[in-house]
Amino acid sequence: MHARADASAEQAAEIAASWPEEIFAILQRFDVRQVPYVPDAGHSQLIERVLGSSSMRGIALTTEEEGVALLAGAWAGGQRGVLLMQSSGVGNCINMLSLTQIFRFPFLTLVTMRGEWGEFNPWQVPMGSSTQAVFELAGIKVLRASHPEEVPEVMEAAASQAYNACTPTAVLLSQRLIGTKVFVK
Amino acid sequence: MSKANLLDRRAVVSSLLANRKGTIAVGGLGASTYDIAAAGDNDRNLYLWGAMGGAVMMGLGLALAQPKLPVVVITGDGEMLMGMGSLATVGLQKPGNLSIIVLDNECYGETGGQLSHTAGPVDLVGIASACGIADARAMTTMAEVEAFAASLADVTAGPRFANVKIDGANLERVLSNRDATFIINRLRGSLGFKPI
Repeated sequence: MHARADASAEQAAEIAASWPEEIFAILQRFDVRQVPYVPDAGHSQLIERVLGSSSMRGIALTTEEEGVALLAGAWAGGQRGVLLMQSSGVGNCINMLSLTQIFRFPFLTLVTMRGEWGEFNPWQVPMGSSTQAVFELAGIKVLRASHPEEVPEVMEAAASQAYNACTPTAVLLSQRLIGTKVFVK
Repeated sequence: MSKANLLDRRAVVSSLLANRKGTIAVGGLGASTYDIAAAGDNDRNLYLWGAMGGAVMMGLGLALAQPKLPVVVITGDGEMLMGMGSLATVGLQKPGNLSIIVLDNECYGETGGQLSHTAGPVDLVGIASACGIADARAMTTMAEVEAFAASLADVTAGPRFANVKIDGANLERVLSNRDATFIINRLRGSLGFKPI
């Protein structure tokens, strides 16, 4: 009984630590090649993995909308990509998100959420609160993962519909999943 | 403010694309897209009618995906100013096959000719250079444009940036196709990619 409980607790801890690794593996399997990003603490493990990869190119941006245009160009040239950003960057993308409808290209973005679940910084709250609605108004389908164990399933669904059906999709990685940022003096 | 040595935009773009072979051309929204259309329709023209500020980034995505093909972004000063950060991103990635040409009329010609920042102190060549694009130049003669056009085929020596001061006259619009799914799928088809 004890052994089983320990084993499942261990398993849960493993999943909790490895969800960025799960995302990386799924992106690799879908042959994602260009990974534009504006850094976020919640994406740091995945960004490191991408920068160390031989098949993917991590592309640091100055602002998130650059990534939307980059992915349209990548698709025109025959490559798939994924945009990594934080919820505050979604607002920077709005006009450029038109490209997902006008080109009907396979757009996938992974967004680490701020401004929810115990947020300390009030400046993150307005954009975090409107992130999902902004995407939906722009015609992007939104999926969310709040617990480590659902990340692989949500990612698999998102990548499938984005790359197989050219359905522009955003995955919101909730603050509950990535952990509330701790501010200390 | 009238200046000497202003080149004709259509002559500049015709010269850039005259011997293009497999070159992919991305046109910034407005007059740059009309100039590319005027030079002749081509499966490898990516005409933009919106997404202001995104032309260089689309060129970068294409250039990274197709490193053996020359990719040239032809855009205006207003469009370039809106996407100035993308020059920093290009400077970091340094794709050898990407070239950027700004047709600089120092104004927003599509919307009534309001002056742009390049009519003032802003120097796009200096910005490109400071972003790490080593080959950044201002071109004032057709001979320089022709030499630049010939250099595009070398896909190892970029990224390149060139600013050309052009005559601000509004020319007759030569409207390109504007159905974006057609344009992008035609381009993909020319590269050997099938529809999904």
